[in-house]
Amino acid sequence: MSIKIVGAQLPDGTSQDLFVENGVFVDEGSAESTIDASGLIALPGLVDLHTHLREPGFEQSETVLTGSRAAAIGGFTAVFAMANTLPVQDTAGVVEQVQSLGDQHGYVTVRPIGAVTAGLSGERLAEIGAMAQSRAKVRVFSDDGQCVHDALLMRRALEYVTTFGGVVAQHAQDPRLTIGAQMNEGALSNELGLAGWPAVAEESIIARDVLLAQHVGARLHVCHVSTAGSVDVIRWAKARGVDVTAEVTPHHLLLTEELVRGYDSRFKVNPPLRRDEDVHALREALADGTIDIVATDHAPHPVEAKDCAWDEAANGMVGLESALSVVHASVVESGLLGWTDVARVLSSKPAQIGRLDGYDSPFAIGSAANLTLYDPAASRTFATTHLRGKGVNSPYLGRQLPGRVVTTIHNGYLTVSDGELVDADTVARDGAARG
Amino acid sequence: MTARHVLQQADITRALTRISHEILESNRGSAGLVILGIPTRGVTIATRLGAILNSIEPGTVSVGALDVTMYRDDLSRNPTRAPSPTNIPDGGIDGKTVVLVDDVLYSGRTIRSALDALNDLGRPRAVRLAVLVDRGHRELPIRADFVGKNLPTSTSERIMVRLSEIDGVDEVTIE
Amino acid sequence: MRHLLSTKDVSRDEAIAILDIAEDMADVAHREVKKLPTLRGKTVVNLFFEDSTRTRVSFEVAAKRLSADVINFSAKGSSVSKGESLKDTAQTLAAMGADAVVIRHGASGAPRVLADSGWIDAGIVNAGDGTHEHPTQALLDAFTIRKRLHGAGSRGRGLDGVSVAIVGDILHSRVARSNLWLLTTLGATVQLVAPATLLPVSTAGWPATVTYDLDAAIDAGPDVVMMLRIQAERMNAAFFPNAREYSKQWGLDDERVGRLPAASIVMHPGPMNRGLEISSGAADSAQSTVLEQVANGVSIRMAVLYHLLSGTTEA
Repeated sequence: MSIKIVGAQLPDGTSQDLFVENGVFVDEGSAESTIDASGLIALPGLVDLHTHLREPGFEQSETVLTGSRAAAIGGFTAVFAMANTLPVQDTAGVVEQVQSLGDQHGYVTVRPIGAVTAGLSGERLAEIGAMAQSRAKVRVFSDDGQCVHDALLMRRALEYVTTFGGVVAQHAQDPRLTIGAQMNEGALSNELGLAGWPAVAEESIIARDVLLAQHVGARLHVCHVSTAGSVDVIRWAKARGVDVTAEVTPHHLLLTEELVRGYDSRFKVNPPLRRDEDVHALREALADGTIDIVATDHAPHPVEAKDCAWDEAANGMVGLESALSVVHASVVESGLLGWTDVARVLSSKPAQIGRLDGYDSPFAIGSAANLTLYDPAASRTFATTHLRGKGVNSPYLGRQLPGRVVTTIHNGYLTVSDGELVDADTVARDGAARG
Repeated sequence: MTARHVLQQADITRALTRISHEILESNRGSAGLVILGIPTRGVTIATRLGAILNSIEPGTVSVGALDVTMYRDDLSRNPTRAPSPTNIPDGGIDGKTVVLVDDVLYSGRTIRSALDALNDLGRPRAVRLAVLVDRGHRELPIRADFVGKNLPTSTSERIMVRLSEIDGVDEVTIE
Repeated sequence: MRHLLSTKDVSRDEAIAILDIAEDMADVAHREVKKLPTLRGKTVVNLFFEDSTRTRVSFEVAAKRLSADVINFSAKGSSVSKGESLKDTAQTLAAMGADAVVIRHGASGAPRVLADSGWIDAGIVNAGDGTHEHPTQALLDAFTIRKRLHGAGSRGRGLDGVSVAIVGDILHSRVARSNLWLLTTLGATVQLVAPATLLPVSTAGWPATVTYDLDAAIDAGPDVVMMLRIQAERMNAAFFPNAREYSKQWGLDDERVGRLPAASIVMHPGPMNRGLEISSGAADSAQSTVLEQVANGVSIRMAVLYHLLSGTTEA
């Protein structure tokens, strides 16, 4: 397949025609098809370091296929699949299965994340070496959903993962400080009578972990940073030379705890939505590089898990389909980030943290053709009709969001065309042809 | 729409004086009489009647208030009504002759509610009805025993009773 | 008023209107026929996901005195998962034609979820939700205070200038929250008294002063001292060391009651832990309104049901 893309604007603002052939960008060629991309921005294929695909074990919430489709419609060409499946992704067998399902469907590159501890139990290390050396070549390890809260175990994990060139992605949440926690702790949680999730429960773990990482000379990644205090700790750690990276979710860049007022469980997420001050600190931190990347924490749930009282509802929001628009609304429209920054925080940097090849020099001749064409002038009232995964637990339903993904190209073939997914059979065939 | 005066202050006073005499006549004196006004203006009229009655036969007639809100049949058809206090004179109503008093008799539904309310409070010997104005259009088989003024009206007209204790002026108008 | 979910949503005029209606309802309790036909043909469902015999019976008596049909629906111990049961139960009740649902639920906000869900089109009365609110308790407390202070002249009045000290487990108390909003709406001033562990980490936006010192609060001579029930499980979670220390520091004992002005009243929403947050002497003193609170609960709940179920449904 060869594709010519005419008139797209690159992230740096320049315009350039792009030629894709045999999965890579080429100089010039005779294209079988031409895409008129005038008015569209060409971004490198987006990479999500934090996705819950739910398969195996929770196929009622999402599968590798449905999650991959949600990713593609959102402009992603690679996702890292979190380990809290059933069975847990804590052995070579499970991670290889997830990876091969991703390859087979072909919408995105699926890179499994390995569990840090066996069964996410927080008690003993999972088979990190076996997963790293498996066909899935796992490089990111996380107990996400659970915090590796035992300090000694965390130290060992940081050291051991270093052996295989990997990184521990920590879900920073002190479990004792957050027993029964329902929302951000503060005046509002107090008024609503919901058990508080104090910022210090996140910040204290991050503080401990950056010191541990420095002490053992390991690389640390902090998942879904949500508070201004955490930003301060990470900024301090980076100034000290700690090898730490951090992510923020789109929802923590746009939404605040005020949304909890109506007890609408679509807004229940872990870590919880925070104060306006936190949102602003997170935006600033993303702009100044203290926070390295945006990752979705796409967390689909079946309807019944949200159709209940707040306390009883599951934590989590779907985010793949809306991520780029939400980043656009929260930090691009406000002028904090330009499109080159977006390309960095949603593509090259997450790929680098996850040791995913092919994303370090976007659009370079000979490099893998992963890109998304985005219409920044579009605007839509976000609705379930815009979702492609199984979950409808989006906090943005009914909200006006800017922009729209028009085209996604994964390894040189179309996964999204004219704003709609290419059908699964075609994508699987094109993916198989690419090998 | 312009208001048309039907009764002036003197007319009202004359009507209430006449009604008082009629009550005493039909009751053969003031023995066992309890005058119960239906809020809001029925209570004011009842108080005036009580004063006239007691001036004719001193100190024998007791006056109270009977709120019928909780007994109405149209509660779900109108905005929520705030009830008024019910005040039954000491001695209750058992075996007494109760004269219900209201300002305007119209559909009769308020009086139906009042009869139900009375039923929950005791067993009077007899219940009579006195109204300042009877404007017709009854929807129930109810009639007044004592009427200040019969006033044929159309249903589109509004009868306004104003009393000095509440409204600063005594008058009845059609609007 | 379509629902009663939080006293924060109740205006001063609405609150006084409910208290005034409750005055009339209280009169009914003294009649031979303790029943009004007002809600004949209406169905009130008591939907209790938590046990509370007192509150449920109070609502039941209130509904029956207004001639409503009452269905008691205890959802506790149901085999379905909790989340499903709220929705399923609500839809079942809707199918039965419930006009009002009185809901007690362990999860804060559950009544609001029910009111907003579209699962059921009925008036919702919050009869206590998690650690959020218990609006009818606050209304009956306000009614009790007003009655004690103004007697027969209560009608139409607020609680302007009345000083109230609320003492105990503020953090977990739905009674404290509902009272805070309602009493201040009615013009009272509120002081919260508790150890720091049982106070919220932030009381920003709360119209109340806060103190750790019960003795200072007592010596200020408040018009009302409202004691909250302290739950034994709080001890195990390190909110305070033990019952003896709590009682000594924050319990209303005979000596403290003795220092209160004679006109001050002592309240407790019940059930009481005698000897822990309140001594028997204090609970049984002439200043105590504990039994009046129970009696007034029926009047207030009648007034609330009347308020919600009469009148046209606002669009």
